[in-house]
Amino acid sequence: MSQPIVIGKRKSRFKELAQAAIPGGGNLDLCLTCSSCVNGCPASGISDMDPRKFLRMVLLGLDEEVLQTPWIWWCSMCQRCKRACPMGVDIGALVFMARQQWSRENTPKGIQKSCDLHLEFGNSTGIRREDWVSLCADLVEETRQQEEDWKDLPAPMDKKGAAYYLNQNAKEPTVEPEEMIPLWKILHEVGIDWTYSSEQWDAVNYCMFSGDDRDWEAVVRRQSEIVDDLGCKTLINTE
Amino acid sequence: MIDPSWNKEGIKVTCQDPCNLVRKGLGDGVADDLRFVIKQVVGEENFVDMWPNKSNNYCCGGGGGYLQSGFVEKRRAFGRIKFDQIQATDADIVVTPCHNCRSQITDIGQVYGGKYQAVHLWSLIVKAMVRKSTATPL
Ligand code: SF4
Ligand code: SF4
Repeated sequence: MSQPIVIGKRKSRFKELAQAAIPGGGNLDLCLTCSSCVNGCPASGISDMDPRKFLRMVLLGLDEEVLQTPWIWWCSMCQRCKRACPMGVDIGALVFMARQQWSRENTPKGIQKSCDLHLEFGNSTGIRREDWVSLCADLVEETRQQEEDWKDLPAPMDKKGAAYYLNQNAKEPTVEPEEMIPLWKILHEVGIDWTYSSEQWDAVNYCMFSGDDRDWEAVVRRQSEIVDDLGCKTLINTE
Repeated sequence: MIDPSWNKEGIKVTCQDPCNLVRKGLGDGVADDLRFVIKQVVGEENFVDMWPNKSNNYCCGGGGGYLQSGFVEKRRAFGRIKFDQIQATDADIVVTPCHNCRSQITDIGQVYGGKYQAVHLWSLIVKAMVRKSTATPL
């Protein structure tokens, strides 16, 4: 007969922390070990870890291992496991909790950098305010000149009282600025009164993925202040 | 006004349901809206759904900071299932309403040898849009 696993006495804080933070306790104790989450998870099989195994490690109190595995960055927190799980166990939320425990220094550099740039420049790729403003102005001017049908195309910036505030994933102006033009055309054609802002115009928030709630909140708060200052009623998040 | 006749050659189109928009966000209703718009724009007969889809859709592997995290090999291995699901539709175009999905689906297409193109929803809408000023009155 196989012997039980002996793990000895361990001090486990993470499980309690997670249960306090995840709505409804994350249902962690309800796991039936049925493996539905494993079979439905695209991250299963790409390393020696899967959602069920991760959960078991948390429940066994293996804090050290749980808080060190880089697998938490290989899970995209997509919550397909939660949907597949008969007990509604929220492993994505558990992964997020584990990310919160990582120090800034150990968080994957690219994620932390996008977040830091956002806090410094108001967008995750670090575009300067004047560059963003002139890029939009140049693009719209070119379109007006080159396309007979779109001589009247606007791309409003900091327009007070516009009904809609539009943000834009910073990757678009960075790698494919011309991809913003179709969006402007649609908004214009259907008669939407919209505006960009010259500050805090990014639609993404990588601080959401780095696991630092204060940074995450700072980004959201700054953008919402700009929307209020402009007097826009609705924010359209393009991401 | 929307006119799908630009797609005379019957370019086949599928779509990726972004996890954050559909499963983690607004649910199947928004996924249905997405399909409604795409069908209007490309012609109903040219839309092919991926499987599984909507709230049950697989993550492409671009989300959660993956594209920024530097774990390129893991990200591509994660996206392999998505690539196979796209290939199974035989689509020429994958509509990716989220920029992360677009970057990841473009990348796995190049790495694994797909023939499809990933596009923003708005880029497709504009192809079918007929301006009020230029439309011939019905
Ligand atoms: S699907 Fe739910 S119950 Fe089944 S093993 Fe995974 S977490 Fe446990
Ligand atoms: S949230 Fe993570 S563990 Fe769950 S299905 Fe998605 S990638 Fe897998």
